Amino acid sequence: MLQVETIGSRRSPLWTFGLLRSELAVTFGRWRTLALLGVLAAVPVLVGIAVKIETSDGSALGGSGGPEGGGGPAFITQITNNGLFLVFTALAATLPFFLPMAVGVVAGDAIAGEANAGTLRYLLVAPAGRTRLLLTKYATTMAFCLTATLVVAVSALTVGALLFPLGDLTTISGTRISFAEGLGRALLIALVVAASLIGIAALGLFVSTLTNSGIAAMATTVGLLITVQILDQIPQLHAIHPYFFSHYWLSFADLMREPVYWDDLVRNLGLQGLYAAVFGSAAWARFTTKDVTA
Amino acid sequence: MAPYESDDNTTAAQAEELRAARRRKAARYVVPAAVLGVAAGTIGLVPAIADSGSPDLPEISAQQLIEKIAESDVQQLSGTVKISTDLGLPDLGGLESGLTSGATPSEGEGSAADPSAKLTELASGTHTLRVAADGPDRQKLSLLENAAEYSLIHNGKDVWGYDSASNEVYHGTATEAADGKASEEVPATPEDLTDQALKAVDDTTSVTVDGTAQVAGRDAYKLLIEPKQSGSTVGAISVAVDAETGLPLKFTLTPASGGAAVVDAGFTQVSFAKPAASTFDFTPPKGAKVTEGDSLEAAPEHERKSAEDLGKGLDGLNVIGEGWNSVAVLDTGAEGGRPSDAAGGDMGSFLGSLGDEVKGKFGSGTVFKTRLVNALITDDGKVYVGAVTKDALVKAADSGQ
Repeated sequence: MLQVETIGSRRSPLWTFGLLRSELAVTFGRWRTLALLGVLAAVPVLVGIAVKIETSDGSALGGSGGPEGGGGPAFITQITNNGLFLVFTALAATLPFFLPMAVGVVAGDAIAGEANAGTLRYLLVAPAGRTRLLLTKYATTMAFCLTATLVVAVSALTVGALLFPLGDLTTISGTRISFAEGLGRALLIALVVAASLIGIAALGLFVSTLTNSGIAAMATTVGLLITVQILDQIPQLHAIHPYFFSHYWLSFADLMREPVYWDDLVRNLGLQGLYAAVFGSAAWARFTTKDVTA
Repeated sequence: MAPYESDDNTTAAQAEELRAARRRKAARYVVPAAVLGVAAGTIGLVPAIADSGSPDLPEISAQQLIEKIAESDVQQLSGTVKISTDLGLPDLGGLESGLTSGATPSEGEGSAADPSAKLTELASGTHTLRVAADGPDRQKLSLLENAAEYSLIHNGKDVWGYDSASNEVYHGTATEAADGKASEEVPATPEDLTDQALKAVDDTTSVTVDGTAQVAGRDAYKLLIEPKQSGSTVGAISVAVDAETGLPLKFTLTPASGGAAVVDAGFTQVSFAKPAASTFDFTPPKGAKVTEGDSLEAAPEHERKSAEDLGKGLDGLNVIGEGWNSVAVLDTGAEGGRPSDAAGGDMGSFLGSLGDEVKGKFGSGTVFKTRLVNALITDDGKVYVGAVTKDALVKAADSGQ
């Protein structure tokens, strides 16, 4: 194995891109992946149509308001006034569960799925090296994170533009920004949301190196996600909440403040980086020393 | 590995090789462990290092420092304030909603953007606020919430309250002084809090300068205000004053009983540059429900009343004692004592469950305790309220007979 790595490291770096390209083609060519992206694209459509029907008689969303007004995902009350807000609402609605679940499926499948199908040892026969294969798998998972987020955002923007007016928007601090700046912020928010998924992608990859069953790895990753989301709601555990990968996920909304409130955003990105470093290196330690029998 | 280990034919050399391989394997797991360790160390150490700075500043007397605060004329600033309040009530969330429902009898009458309802939320928990000011005519106060924000904007004649979660707008005019009223009710900025504390300074109080500190990256003097008398629940009030501008940057009220601060409000970030003019511009967003100030008059009125009923009612108010040990006495005239009429039945039973029975020369009554303010409600309907201990309350009640 050590020998294989030395051979691999002497090859041109372009070879890695070849491996990455084939990994991307395999991952995004799967019906399973396309179905996940389809489900994600459908969420903004559903939210958009629901809001449109609810407000078709001219009433404001959320009834008469009052102190409890503004239920539902963040920004939902603003959609009727500006379709761009559907992007933020859709991301706020999918980030707690749909997006990480899709990432969990792809990440959990990355190594364990190959082992399950018996193709892992063939991949390792090629002089790629385990470290490089793992990095490629992680890069593919991250590409999926970004694609999935952009699919939600683009679908939401399309639906928002079709169903609702567009124009200047009001930030949550009450100031106004132009539509172009709003679009810029929407893109930035999509990138932050994609980056928020780095942590669970690394976690899923680590779980994936532990087992030879793709289904088990996916189920474990999604199960961990649900567990953490539940624990994050229990006030008695507030002392450990800041260490959950999902704790600062909704901080992307801080980008809609004027001026932007960076504290939680920075904490979120730092936490994702920490999860990536810890579970990425744990996955490396496990995968490079594992006996590959299938 | 297991089959090899049980294999009797394994030679010593093979066993040695296996052991080495296992060591190599174990060595790789050191990497994630090390990453975790470094991260934990960084998280633990960095704030400690950042906090440890106590800057070298010229000596200053307490008197000079108070003058500095009084002379302070900061017209332009923007910053982030973190305010934590821990009155020690078991569930102030329930109390808040009790107050709100008492204040707004029917759903939909009040507006989510009503300033007095929103700012009462500051009375418990930890909140992050943003403040910006440019002269006396333009101020903005924003309460940061999850994926939403409540902004109170004063720009010239207009006072706007904007609640982004419900997309509702409250509009008042400055002559009504809606924002002034609000800040009187709930002192929110460190400056407001210091003003109030300094009003209480007299011969019952010791005021000292307690070294220096770094607050929001600025050098500051620490002013320590302590009651000289015993019997007060207030342990100390510490105010960090910006050395350059004299602006109070941090306000901490610690109870005499020890533990976490009851009120801790301070800038986490502050800038004395002129805020962008667009900060104070507000036009109601399309489709937002706008409530004009007039139609809201009823709701704050209600709320103030219930607050007064709870604490400092004006009818028949007497003050026993002086300085920190002042105890306010009011005669509700209600037999039975329990404040079931104060703000609805829910509140009454909620407070009743917190009570502590006491007996004294005055008769008997119930003491309701928080970490700062205690109240004694006697069975003949008298209420004694003060930032004093239970014993001091009983003494006050005895002397009042």
